[in-house]
Amino acid sequence: MALKVGKVRGKPIALDGDRAVAEAMRQMNPDVVAAYPITPQTEIVMRFSDFVASGEVDTQFIPVESEHAAMSACIGASAAGGRVQTATSGAGLAFMWEVLWIASGTRLPIVMHVVNRSLSAPLNIHCDHSDSMGARDAGWIQLYDENVQEAYDNAIQVVRIAEHPDIMLPTLHAMDGFILGHGVERLELLPDEAVREFIGTYKPEHSLLDVDHPVTYGPMDLQDYFFEHKRQQAEAAVKALEVVPLIGEQYGRLTGRHYGLLDGYRLDDAEFATVVLGSTVGTTRIVVDELRDQGVKAGLLKVRCFRPFPATAVAHALGDKKAIAVLDRSLSFGAQGNPLFLEVVTALFTHGFSPKVVNYAYGLGGRDTVPAQIHQVYQDLINIDEEGFIGPPVRYLGIRD
Amino acid sequence: MAINLKEMSAQRELLAPGHRLCAGCAETIVVRQVLRAVGQPVVVASSTGCLEVATTPYPYTSWRVPWIHSAFENVASTIAGVETMYRSLVKQGKMEDRGIKFVAFAGDGATYDIGLQFLSGALERGHKFLYVCLNNEAYMNTGIQRSSATPMGAWTTTSPVGSAVPGKRENRKDITAIIAAHDIPYVAQAAPHAWRDLMTKAQKAIAADGPSFINVLVPCQRGWRFQPEETISISRLAVETCIWPLYEVVDGEWRLNYRPATKKPITDWLQSQGRFQHLLTPQNKHIVDALQHEVDRQWERLLERCKLPS
Repeated sequence: MALKVGKVRGKPIALDGDRAVAEAMRQMNPDVVAAYPITPQTEIVMRFSDFVASGEVDTQFIPVESEHAAMSACIGASAAGGRVQTATSGAGLAFMWEVLWIASGTRLPIVMHVVNRSLSAPLNIHCDHSDSMGARDAGWIQLYDENVQEAYDNAIQVVRIAEHPDIMLPTLHAMDGFILGHGVERLELLPDEAVREFIGTYKPEHSLLDVDHPVTYGPMDLQDYFFEHKRQQAEAAVKALEVVPLIGEQYGRLTGRHYGLLDGYRLDDAEFATVVLGSTVGTTRIVVDELRDQGVKAGLLKVRCFRPFPATAVAHALGDKKAIAVLDRSLSFGAQGNPLFLEVVTALFTHGFSPKVVNYAYGLGGRDTVPAQIHQVYQDLINIDEEGFIGPPVRYLGIRD
Repeated sequence: MAINLKEMSAQRELLAPGHRLCAGCAETIVVRQVLRAVGQPVVVASSTGCLEVATTPYPYTSWRVPWIHSAFENVASTIAGVETMYRSLVKQGKMEDRGIKFVAFAGDGATYDIGLQFLSGALERGHKFLYVCLNNEAYMNTGIQRSSATPMGAWTTTSPVGSAVPGKRENRKDITAIIAAHDIPYVAQAAPHAWRDLMTKAQKAIAADGPSFINVLVPCQRGWRFQPEETISISRLAVETCIWPLYEVVDGEWRLNYRPATKKPITDWLQSQGRFQHLLTPQNKHIVDALQHEVDRQWERLLERCKLPS
């Protein structure tokens, strides 16, 4: 890394998350982008199309006829040896489901910017995490953005994570639709050359366009090899537990903004902890501060990297707490709790911890999640500790009875 | 562009022998003819189907050229992605322009049915690639299920012959005309017995300035129920009965490539294959008549499009 160690400060600017990601894409200048418009991601493809039209990027943009075709074209383009990105939301991500698995199984480092949206039915264009949580087993690395700055920063880091020789897996980062996607915030953009130097150049080991060394991609793979290939893929995903913080640290040395797998906020000495991902982390930070002012030992564990899930770090961050609430912005119908809760409980149990843990589903379909609701969660945790009784382990937050 | 058989026979086969397709399968005949005509450098994509599973049982591959398979429905989007990356890298000076050609092979299920949207989108966007439909008129890889390419009356395992239903009830879709309606530079129908015609078409298609499409009939001895050694004669019979005319649409102009001296009756076609045997009974004569009527109607419409007398 030839860039100077220290803080490369960009000019402060006000942008919404979609535009911030479009700016990052312009700076990264991918070889191919294939994407289809869907609310609330549309602004990304619109803005990026402007960059293509004005010649500000070298990217060949494929304005596909569906999200399934977007991911399919990304697969072909990535196997052809260049950098490939796309963006989608909600139903678009669901429509890609089959090919998400092909992208990861073929070990193609495609980058996807997800702007979270609920899944139909009933139809709803607003934020929850049903889309990306629904794709949690598809073999993609998943990061979640807390704010617009992080959406921008993650958009850049995911390229390095995906293309890391130990990983070679498609990677997505997800920002809350409308809340971040259309929410204007202050952020700092890096200079173009700093972004380009940070992501460097991409030279894959194999390429379809290397016609002198023909390679077969996507063969039929049956009982005798398929299982080993899937194990290799699973182990590559776990290696991202080392690579995600490594890249986050390099990015931190460049920008002063350091990133790891998790971020504990006033957590070390906390007695009552919440586990949160996405934009609600910001809301919860404020509530933690207010509670601390009142003398309540409240803390927060933000999960930035959900896939792979940093189970050991989560368990040790939470194992000594009196009571823990895990907040989920999606439902896993019929399961014993929702996606993040199940991960956290498994992590605690498999590491020998058994604190009291409850799960709250919140904010479905873009329902506002306000500080008063988070206060209620912490009050519930205090009550659980005092009464020594958990009650229903899976609950709803901010909902009419 | 001429077919020089002597030169071509000296070329290395781009699809290696030892693959696992059935004896008498027309697919490899067509793939080898097309790849010979197209030449190297070439990148090939296949949809899920007989060709894909039989040529790439890991750790083996029959492909001596770069090859990719992604899914059943999306071969057009996949090859579009490959072709776009090539244009991008060449334009940016990241690789030299070696005149790489792009070919997709897909079955009729992948083309007429599940992949039609993907194909239509890729054609509309003008990606420069040749799409070859290996049309055996049913889902053969999964065991002979009806597709929208299956002719009326045919037995398949999802249009079985029973006392209430005499095989497939519906006429097939005219996908070649649907593709021609996209106004792409080159569209054709071909069959493996007419090898010179097919190879000439592949050469014209790959030289076209934009997307091109060839719908090739690939007789399937397992699904159509005939002897493996009859593949080529069955292919010829399809053309002689006019159920599979050979034609091309060049920049919107329709041209008939072969006109039988006398159009053979559809019963010759039906008698040649087990999938139609139930039609050759007196109570199903109305289906045979309807099929003949449909063949005649389509043939007349084709002659009209080609500005030829009936």
